[in-house]
Amino acid sequence: MSGAVDDPAALPPPAGPLEGDRTARARAVVVLLAATLAATILLSLASGASDASALAVVGGWIFGPEGGDAVLSARDAIIVEDIRLPRVTLGCLIGAALAVSGAVMQGLFRNPLADPGLVGVSGGAALGAVSTIVLGGTALAPVTALLGIYALPGAAFLGGLAVTLLLYCVSTRRGQTSVATMLLAGIALAALAGALTGVLVFMADDRELRDLTFWNLGSLAGATWVKVLAVAPVIAAALATAPFLARGLNALALGEAAASHLGIPMQRFKHVAIFTVAAATGVSVAVSGGIGFVGIVVPHLLRLIIGPDNRYLLPASALLGGTLLILADSVSRTLVAPAELPIGIVTAVTGAPFFLWILLRRRGVVDL
Amino acid sequence: MIEAQGVSVAIGRKPIIADVAFEARPREITAIVGPNGSGKTTLMRAISGDLPYGGSIKINGAEIASLKPWQAATMRAVLQQATALSFPFTVREIVRLGLVGGRSGVLPGEVDRLPDRALARVDLEGFAGRFYQELSGGEQQRVQLARVLCQVWTPVLNGRPRFLLLDEPVSSLDVRHQLIIMNIARDFARSGGGVVAILHDLNLTAMFADRIHVMHRGRLAAAGTAAEVLTDTIIERVFGCRLKVGVPPADGTPYVLPHSAIG
Repeated sequence: MSGAVDDPAALPPPAGPLEGDRTARARAVVVLLAATLAATILLSLASGASDASALAVVGGWIFGPEGGDAVLSARDAIIVEDIRLPRVTLGCLIGAALAVSGAVMQGLFRNPLADPGLVGVSGGAALGAVSTIVLGGTALAPVTALLGIYALPGAAFLGGLAVTLLLYCVSTRRGQTSVATMLLAGIALAALAGALTGVLVFMADDRELRDLTFWNLGSLAGATWVKVLAVAPVIAAALATAPFLARGLNALALGEAAASHLGIPMQRFKHVAIFTVAAATGVSVAVSGGIGFVGIVVPHLLRLIIGPDNRYLLPASALLGGTLLILADSVSRTLVAPAELPIGIVTAVTGAPFFLWILLRRRGVVDL
Repeated sequence: MIEAQGVSVAIGRKPIIADVAFEARPREITAIVGPNGSGKTTLMRAISGDLPYGGSIKINGAEIASLKPWQAATMRAVLQQATALSFPFTVREIVRLGLVGGRSGVLPGEVDRLPDRALARVDLEGFAGRFYQELSGGEQQRVQLARVLCQVWTPVLNGRPRFLLLDEPVSSLDVRHQLIIMNIARDFARSGGGVVAILHDLNLTAMFADRIHVMHRGRLAAAGTAAEVLTDTIIERVFGCRLKVGVPPADGTPYVLPHSAIG
């Protein structure tokens, strides 16, 4: 290569950040979000219907129980450790899982509007979950007996995976994924999964109906360590996989062929991405029902701030998703205390207007 | 060296190209020309490794279909006809994607500045901070070329030539930038790499291409130098146009075209 501009010495050395380079800002935002999440967790542990002092309990973990307050501390410890902590942990895990699933799905389908809830993945997971609740005593009895607490998340995962694969097959022809087909097929699959779920609900007896209603409200209430342990390994694995998807998702913004030309093994990449989304969405739906809009709102908000680079978008989404869901859960359990508002209502009431705002604001840019 | 023999590609059951022989040497610009729908892009996509093909296509001795994506990414970079972007990336972020999987060949310390050098090459100095979607079609095309150049920045890596595969690289460019881009291709070839380009402008082809492959109805109609291939008979047979191929007079001889009259 010749010419003056090609001589590295001909370009001035970088003075400060490079033009068009948003990595420094993105890193700062990730750090800020991590701090926010930590603060949110502590705040959430400290607040609730009881006046149990989280500070005292956390102090107890660190400094050992203090003699005089031993009785009170034991009660507080139970409230904080066995009621609030599992709930906050679950909220954090599920918020992170939903937000990262949304971000991965949007990158995979090259569309900012893709979301596990919108395109039927959550519906498929719900169908799987409802199947185990309704058929767990009869048709699926051997399976539920074998898998125990993992039967419900397992079935939800399979349901989510089935819809994701169907969606991909229907909307992809000759390696080109049609976005319009994907959205339409997703709506159709969501309707189908919803109808099949309806059939199961119709078949359910009174006891199962109570389980279903409770589950379907979309709530983190009833969070226990058992539930946390059932979902934590899956979500942790999905979150650990996400960073490895970042490069591929970035390249995929140029289209599938171009991503492959850049050296990304597209087939394997797509399989891992689909599997990750189905797993994270499936187990989230299994324990918390349908919590909408986290998967769309969080990645979008972050793209406006740090840009679409998935190396930062994915961790930032996990952190902000966790934070927002913990906050939404706090709202849901304090707004009408001592009763609880289903968290799905809180996320939908805040998320839906935001979604509309994105559509209006980006109408010129997002071309379906 | 890219060598292809008996290449056929069918999409579904419909054969698009059949029995095509192709050769692109290092240090040369190899052009593919032909009318719309003659199979140029399909041939290019087979060479890029996008489509399953019959026959054999080898790059530096390795069969394309057997290469892993990251291996292929170190041997060639591909510029597609049009790239629609799904998210609001800046120009720098797009150009930097060229460094994702391949090996630019520059020293590690220079990698951060490579996008700026590539943008300067394609006459887009100072565009790094702009949003890709806000650029004109021609500017976007040049941003993509800058990305492609980053991927194979050194035309020779470990003593083996690397290739630029360009599908209509100048289709939406003004004449100044057509020449800039074709000169980048020529420089790449002169430095030891190889260039394969689909071109529509036969004059530009005659000016820059060392060898020309002419596609016609999914088959190779002719291959050779500009003088061998761009003849009245071949143009008429392939493009269905009866016209005279003109030749500028020998160097130094002034000549006057009547249709250059002003006023």
